[in-house]
Amino acid sequence: MIVTSIETIPGYRIVKHLGLVQGSTVRSKHAGKDILAGLKNIVGGELTAYTELLEESRNEALDRMKTQASSIGANAVLNVRLATSAVTAGAAELLAYGTAVVLERVDG
Amino acid sequence: MDSLISLIIFLVLLTLGYFIGRRREKRHYQSILEREKEYADMIILHEKKPPPGTSIPYVLVTGSVVVSSDYFKTFIAGLRNLVGGRVSAYESLLDRARREAILRMKEQARALRCNTVANVRIVTTSLSQGGKNQLGTVEVLAYGTAMVFIPEANKPAGPVRLGAQSKPVQRRV
Repeated sequence: MIVTSIETIPGYRIVKHLGLVQGSTVRSKHAGKDILAGLKNIVGGELTAYTELLEESRNEALDRMKTQASSIGANAVLNVRLATSAVTAGAAELLAYGTAVVLERVDG
Repeated sequence: MDSLISLIIFLVLLTLGYFIGRRREKRHYQSILEREKEYADMIILHEKKPPPGTSIPYVLVTGSVVVSSDYFKTFIAGLRNLVGGRVSAYESLLDRARREAILRMKEQARALRCNTVANVRIVTTSLSQGGKNQLGTVEVLAYGTAMVFIPEANKPAGPVRLGAQSKPVQRRV
């Protein structure tokens, strides 16, 4: 499945629009990691545990979006947007959404 | 006595934050500058449509980083809040995070053997809620579509224009 943030793909033609598909996940942090991150707040810098957690969750959201797209018969998701929002302290929602389409190769 | 102890703790945290935070920031900037030079030939576009002369794969690439401010910066920013104006302590933090996120996105694109990323978007999200007037923890995410750009495919306009855009922006550290 093709997943891109652009609207059209050279060499392909959109045969059918299938509408918006989305995938999201809400994740919270491990309490132990949270305490470590609290300590990091004193010296600053990157919080690697959080970066990994969000990266993982984002992939999960993208996977869910792809699952939804393939369930309605799409072979590509175009114009994908990613959003993150903090729901409460300690939990974040990762959202991925885009337009599901059926693409066809254009010859020549 | 209690207030004395809390004052000492506060001062210790402040100095820790100042010295360690500054050293880490300096090191981080050094590594960013080095890697930016390494990835300077990669073209980053904000355009929605891929430029002519590009080919597959058109794949979504992302780069993200979660950073937190140090104790000293939080304190200084708190003081700054009283009088308003530029909060340079946070400016450098976010600048660093954003450049790191873009670099990670470029790394991912290069791993896919792509030399161009189009329609790049940058999103900043505050992850710590509730802390009043505090920036705390911030996630910066950069994402775009990676592709291969072949300069020979269209000689006339494309490469010249793109080359001008790909120049890395050198900023004051």
